[in-house]
Amino acid sequence: MSIHIEQPGLRSLFQPTFNLELCDGCGECAEQCTFNEIRIEPRGDKRIPAASGRSCGACHRCEVVCPRSAIRIEERPLALRYHGVWKGKDITRVHLQSASGAVALGGLGADTDVPTYWDRLMFNACQVTNPSIDPQREPMETTTHLGRKPESFKERKDNHSASLLRLNLPLVFAPMSYGSINLTLQKAMARVAREKGMLWYSGEGGLHEDLYPYADIAVLQVASGRFGVNPDYLQKASAYQIKIGQGAKPGIGGHLPGEKVLSGVSKTRMIPEGSDAISPAPQHDIYSIEDLRLLIYAIKEASGYKPVCVKIATVHNVAAIASGIVHAGADMVYLDGYRGGTGAAPNIVRDTVGIPAELALAAVDQRLREEGIRNQASIVVGGGFRNSGDVMKAVALGADAVAIGSAALISCGCHSCQRCHSGKCPWGLTTNDPIIGKRLDEDWAVERLSNLVDGWHHEMKEIMGLNGIYDIGSFRGNRLVLRGVGISDKELEILGVKHAGE
Amino acid sequence: MYSYAMQTLLVFSYCRAKAPAKLFYLAGAFFIALKTAEKETELMCGIAGLISHQRRRESGERIKRAIVLQNDRGNGLGAGYGAYGIFPGYEELYVLHIMASTETAMEQAATFIRRCFTVHKQEPVPVWNRVITDHPYFQFFFVEPAIPDGQRLPGEESDDDYVITKMMSLNKEVQGAYACSTGKDMAVFKGVGTPRDIYDFFQLDNYEGYSWLAHNRFPTNTPGWWGGAHPFNAVDWSIVHNGEISSYGINRRYLESHGYFCHMQTDSEVIAYLFDLLIRRHGLSITDATTALAPPYWATVERLEDLEEKERLTMLKIIYEQTMLNGPFAVLVSFSGGMFSLTDNTKLRPMTTATQDGYTYFASEISALYEMQENLKEIFTPRAGQPVIALYDRPAQNSGVSA
Repeated sequence: MSIHIEQPGLRSLFQPTFNLELCDGCGECAEQCTFNEIRIEPRGDKRIPAASGRSCGACHRCEVVCPRSAIRIEERPLALRYHGVWKGKDITRVHLQSASGAVALGGLGADTDVPTYWDRLMFNACQVTNPSIDPQREPMETTTHLGRKPESFKERKDNHSASLLRLNLPLVFAPMSYGSINLTLQKAMARVAREKGMLWYSGEGGLHEDLYPYADIAVLQVASGRFGVNPDYLQKASAYQIKIGQGAKPGIGGHLPGEKVLSGVSKTRMIPEGSDAISPAPQHDIYSIEDLRLLIYAIKEASGYKPVCVKIATVHNVAAIASGIVHAGADMVYLDGYRGGTGAAPNIVRDTVGIPAELALAAVDQRLREEGIRNQASIVVGGGFRNSGDVMKAVALGADAVAIGSAALISCGCHSCQRCHSGKCPWGLTTNDPIIGKRLDEDWAVERLSNLVDGWHHEMKEIMGLNGIYDIGSFRGNRLVLRGVGISDKELEILGVKHAGE
Repeated sequence: MYSYAMQTLLVFSYCRAKAPAKLFYLAGAFFIALKTAEKETELMCGIAGLISHQRRRESGERIKRAIVLQNDRGNGLGAGYGAYGIFPGYEELYVLHIMASTETAMEQAATFIRRCFTVHKQEPVPVWNRVITDHPYFQFFFVEPAIPDGQRLPGEESDDDYVITKMMSLNKEVQGAYACSTGKDMAVFKGVGTPRDIYDFFQLDNYEGYSWLAHNRFPTNTPGWWGGAHPFNAVDWSIVHNGEISSYGINRRYLESHGYFCHMQTDSEVIAYLFDLLIRRHGLSITDATTALAPPYWATVERLEDLEEKERLTMLKIIYEQTMLNGPFAVLVSFSGGMFSLTDNTKLRPMTTATQDGYTYFASEISALYEMQENLKEIFTPRAGQPVIALYDRPAQNSGVSA
C-alpha cells in the first residue's frame, strides 16, 4: 500500500478560502474539485461553499474556474517550533508513514535544494569585434539531425540523410505514456510536433490508433513491461527507444494503478481492464551490456534499421554507461536527469537518487568525444527544463536536443499539485477518466503548446544571435559561450566551463 | 551583380572543368544577408597573398608592399609572412621553424626534435635584431621522421601525422618553445611588430618563393605575442585570418577529439588544423572543405532542385556541423598545391582578388592588389561564402588534393 503525503482524511496543507460577499453560490467549485474538498451547504436562503481542509492539494482548479473570483487557495503550514534539522516536511512524513506503514509517493521532479547548475551558468554576448546578429532581420537556423552520423564525408552512403531524424529546432516532447497522461494531451503533443518539426516520444504505453498518423514523427518505447509492443508497432515509428531508467526514479520500475487502466489504455497496452500495469525495475532480458546489444539489434532488424535510442537515468557512472550504450550500437542516448518528472515515484527515490542532468550531460559529451565516438550517437537530455535558457545551456554543453515533459504539462494547465497517480487530475491531463478527461480540449492544448514552442524558439534564436552565431551547429558543444558563477573548480572542470571573469 | 562569366574567371587550371556549377551555389545563394564594403571599417586585420601559377620564384618585395600599404589595418602587435618554395634542394625534408623564448628552451626543443627526427641540418634563422631588440630565438631544423613507417603509434602512420603529433607535443611539453611552421619547402615568419619590422627582422629580401602570404594583425580578444601572430601552420597548410571565430569553442573540441590540440591562444589556429583534417586526412576536395567551413543556409539547401547536389550539401552540413565557422572571417590558405581564399557566408570581412600574367593576387583592399601588380585589368571581389581557388599549373608531387 502506498499513500500520498496529503492523504485525504488528514489535515491538508492547503485550503480554499471563499469571499462570501462575492460568491453567488453557483457551485461550480464543488463541481470541479475532483478531490471532494469543497461541498455546497445551504445557509438561510443562500447556498455557500465550504472547505473540508482535508484533501486540498493546491491544484487551483476552483480558483481559476470561479466566475466571481471569490476563491483563493491558502497555505496553512503547521506552526511548528523552528528546528534546524527537523523541518515541517520531515515531521509530516514521519507522521504519515507511522499512520500507514507505506511508501510516501510524490509526482513531478525532485523537490530538494540540490543545485540547479543552469542557474549558475551565464551566456556570453558579442561586443565590438564580432557583430551580434539580429534574428528578426537575418537568417537564424536551428535545424538539427539526430542519429548515427558518418565520421567523414567519404563514409556516407547513398541517400544517407534519409536515415537521420530531422528537427526544425532542438526540442522534443519527452516520453510520457498514454495511461499516465491523457490521450488528448498526447495527441496535442503529436500535432504540435508535426506543426513545428519536432519529435514526440511515446513512453511505455503503446501507440493508440488515433496516433497512427503521427507515428512517423514518434519515437516509440520498448520498456521493461513491453506494453503495446508487436511487429506492427515496430514498423511504424521514426525511431525506437529502449527505456532502461527514468530520472525521477532511477533503478526502479513503473506502476500504472488499475484505476487508470480503462478501456482505451487496456486495448493499447494489451492488458486487462482495471489491472495494474507493472513495468519491472530491470528489463528481464537485459542483465548485461551484451544483452542490451542484442535487444538494440533485434529492434533494428524488426524495424528495418530505424535509429534506436537508449534512455537512462543520470547516475554516478553515467559517462561510462553511455559509452557502453554507444558501443553496443545505440544511435541516440537519452539522458534523463535528477529533476525529471514522473506521475508517481517514492519520494525517497525521487529526492535522493541520481545526479543533475547538467553534470551528466557534460561528462557524457566529453567522454564520447575522448573516445572518438561522438558522431555515432546523438545525445538527447531531459529532466526539469524550465525555459529556453536552460535549453540553450544544455545545447552549449553538448546536447543535440532537449526533451520537455513537465513544461508541456504546465503549459496545458498543470499547477503541480503532484497527484498524477490518483487518476483524478483536475486539469484532465493525467487522467483518462471519461468525464474529467474531457476538461482538456485538444485544440486549446495544441494552441498552448504551440505558443510555448514558438516563444522558446524565438528566445533560442535571440541567444544564438547575441553570441554572433547563426546556426545552432556552432552553438552545440560550444562551451566557451558559457561561464560559471559561484561554483567550485571541480564542478567547473566537470562542466568544462570557465569561471566568470576568466 | 557579377556576371556568371566573372564568377568563373578565377577558376584556374585543375578546377576549370567542374567548378562553375558549384561556385554558383556558393556564390549565388547568400544574397539574403549580403554585406559589402561598409562593414570593412570595423576592427580589422590586413591580408595579402600572391601565387605564381608557373612556380616562378621571387623575393618578398611585392608582398611587403601590399601588406605595408595596409599598415593601418593592424596596431603593431603582430605581423607575419608565409613563403612556399623557398628551400630548393631540400624539397623532401620537413622544415621545422622553432621559436623559443630562451636559449635553454631552444636547447630543450632541439633535444626533443633529435629524439623524434633525423636532423639533416640545423641553423639559426638569420635575423636583423636592430629592428626589434626584444625577440625570441629562431632556428630551422631540416628533418625527416626518425621512426620508420610501420613502427609508429596509431594515428602517426603517415609522415604528416607524425610531424603534427610531435609538434603538438613540443608545443605542450617544452616550456617556452613553439613550432612556427613544419611543412616541406616552406616557412612561416611571424612576430610582434609592424609588417615592415617583421619583414626586415627576418630579412625576407633574401628568400625566393613562388607563393607568399602576409598578415597584419590587430589583436582583440587574445594576447599579442609572437606565437599568436599569423600565419598559422599545420605541416602543409598555412592560413592568415581576419575576423573572429564565434564557433571556436566547438571547432576546438572537435579538433581535440581528432588529435589536434590548440596552444597558440588564438582562435585562428583552428582553421589550419581544420583544413589539414578535412582535405588531407578526410580526402575532401577544396570546394567540399570550404563548403563545410562556410556552408550555405539550410533554407538555401532546401530550395535546391538538383537532388544529388542537395544530398551532397546536406551531408556536408550534417557531418561537418562542428567544423562550420561562425562569426566574421576572411581567410587565405596556402599549401603545396596552391592558394585559396574564403569568407564567411554573410561576408563581414573583406577579400578581393585579381589574376593576371600567370599570377593570382589576394588582398583585403583593392589598393593592395595594385601594389603587387600595376595596371590590373580586372579585379574580382568574391561574394559571401564564395571560395577563390588558385592552383599551380603543375601539381606538387604526391599531392592528391583536388579543387
